[in-house]
Amino acid sequence: MATLVPSLRRRNKVEKEPIGIYIFLTVTGALMALPLYLMVIQSIKPIEELFLWPPRFYVMRPTLENYTDLVLAASRTWVPFTRYVFNSLFVTSVSVVLYVIICCMAAYPLAKMRKMPFAAAIFNACLAALMFAPQVTVIPRYLTVAGLGLIDTYTALIVPGLGGSFGVFFMKQFLEQYPDALLEAARMDGANEWQIFRNVVIPLTRPAWATLIIWHSQTVWRDTWSPMVFTTTEAMKTLPLAMQTMFSGELVVARQGAAAAATFLESAPLIILFIISQRRIISTMAHAGIK
Amino acid sequence: MAQANPPIQQRVGFQTPTIKQRMAETWKQVKKHKAGYLFLAPFMVLFIVFTVGPVLTAIYLSFTYFNVLQPPNWIGLTNYRLLFLEDDIFLKSLHVTVVFAILTGPVGFLLSFIMAWLINQVKVRLLYVVAFYAPSLSGIGMAQIMRIFFANDRYGYLNNLLIRWGILDEPFPWLADIDTMLGVVIAVQLWMSMGPGFLSFLAGLQQIDESLYEAGKVDGVRNRLQELWFITLPLVRPQLVFGAVMAVVGAFSMFDISVGLVGFPSPQYAAHSIMAHLYDYAFLRFEMGYASAVSVVMFLMMFLLSSMFRRMLSTRGEW
Repeated sequence: MATLVPSLRRRNKVEKEPIGIYIFLTVTGALMALPLYLMVIQSIKPIEELFLWPPRFYVMRPTLENYTDLVLAASRTWVPFTRYVFNSLFVTSVSVVLYVIICCMAAYPLAKMRKMPFAAAIFNACLAALMFAPQVTVIPRYLTVAGLGLIDTYTALIVPGLGGSFGVFFMKQFLEQYPDALLEAARMDGANEWQIFRNVVIPLTRPAWATLIIWHSQTVWRDTWSPMVFTTTEAMKTLPLAMQTMFSGELVVARQGAAAAATFLESAPLIILFIISQRRIISTMAHAGIK
Repeated sequence: MAQANPPIQQRVGFQTPTIKQRMAETWKQVKKHKAGYLFLAPFMVLFIVFTVGPVLTAIYLSFTYFNVLQPPNWIGLTNYRLLFLEDDIFLKSLHVTVVFAILTGPVGFLLSFIMAWLINQVKVRLLYVVAFYAPSLSGIGMAQIMRIFFANDRYGYLNNLLIRWGILDEPFPWLADIDTMLGVVIAVQLWMSMGPGFLSFLAGLQQIDESLYEAGKVDGVRNRLQELWFITLPLVRPQLVFGAVMAVVGAFSMFDISVGLVGFPSPQYAAHSIMAHLYDYAFLRFEMGYASAVSVVMFLMMFLLSSMFRRMLSTRGEW
């Protein structure tokens, strides 16, 4: 709380940009970014600099060696590295598209058909489901997936995650802000429910898509449980799981450059996606509030 | 729901409807909203098959002995008795998880809010938002980078800095010492904890109408802390509840980070979380019944804590 004091004093004197807050945020922000900076630095250090003592926070002769190493070494020993990248990209993108569609569809009746029986109960169930991590139900989900004969398929990596409730919970609240009159007008014009959904609801929900996309990409892309439990062969592993097995234990010391390169490839897509869509996300995320 | 829309007889003073009438009325509404149910159907199927069903199944399995090969065998409370009375490692993991959750849950929650609040005071935000949120987007591989930072030998960045600054004489084994291991895992988790809660705080704060602060000033709000307490906090209450729920869930599901940092199982189980215990029994020993009991305990802990925070934060009283 001591950090608040300078900002207080400043505000009382003059009503302009709070320098104290800027300084504090810059220092903590730099600390937060430090590990990410290290990741980038480690990934472009040539091998002789990686093992230099004392360790350095900068790189003298940057190189892409580690990235080529990663692709080449992994293809010689196991499945090509590109396969993990493909698996992750494929699973995440298919899953995200389906998730957005399913959530918009489900949110429409929950938000806008007030007299629909059980709507409130269903919404409350979604809300309750937010309160625990999906990992606690991993055993029955594993049994279900195995029972359906889906072990080691892309379907197993995509479909179970679509049963998560954040998207529906969030979309319903987002949609509620719009007056019912918008839908009524369409209904007066003789539109059926499907037309209302396509021509009114879908455009209305568009600003919230960015939030759903980043939320679900993050969940799927970084998930190690589903691939760990639902896949059995090397070729079906996703990037994070492959990373976890490839670079765990003492092995990592010898290949830390490659590990850093892989981490960069793993982190960059989500961070870029976030930077592009952050304005949209922050302007809609307020609807995630629980009353 | 049916109760919310009493049939016409009740409204004009006839006798209260019988269950039969109420069911008929509900059925009529259901038929009228056929399209609504069709829209809901894809989600409901997935939600029931992969979320609701599994919760019920896990509860059932927790009362059985089940090793996947043979059908589950009802054994009553045996799993729970073993769990709490005989399984020292479970008790250890419970301890680790509670320590971990107490330190990362509320601290992470407060930090996210304070940071979001501070960011909301300044005009140039993009860089700060990205710097604070990016860690929670970074990959599982970050554990490897952190391992190099916290490395046990002189090559570790942290050890090197501390020795150079004269704080340490020789390298300290941060990741091998059972006293600091959990501390490092907590630090890394906190680093990643500016998650969905942080975003919803930012969003909630951004929404607040400036004129409310002006009105507050007229009403005698003298400084930023009073402004925060009397105006801002009540307005972002829904986001605070959401953030709290996310913090609880995040704190209790800790597993990946600790595996990446200190291995599985961690030395002397010093960073062994309940999640790790669940994974161990479910997928290494295939004792699904026992593991289900572990997951039910986790489920109850998350659910009760989240509900508690929800109730605490959404009481309609004063702040």
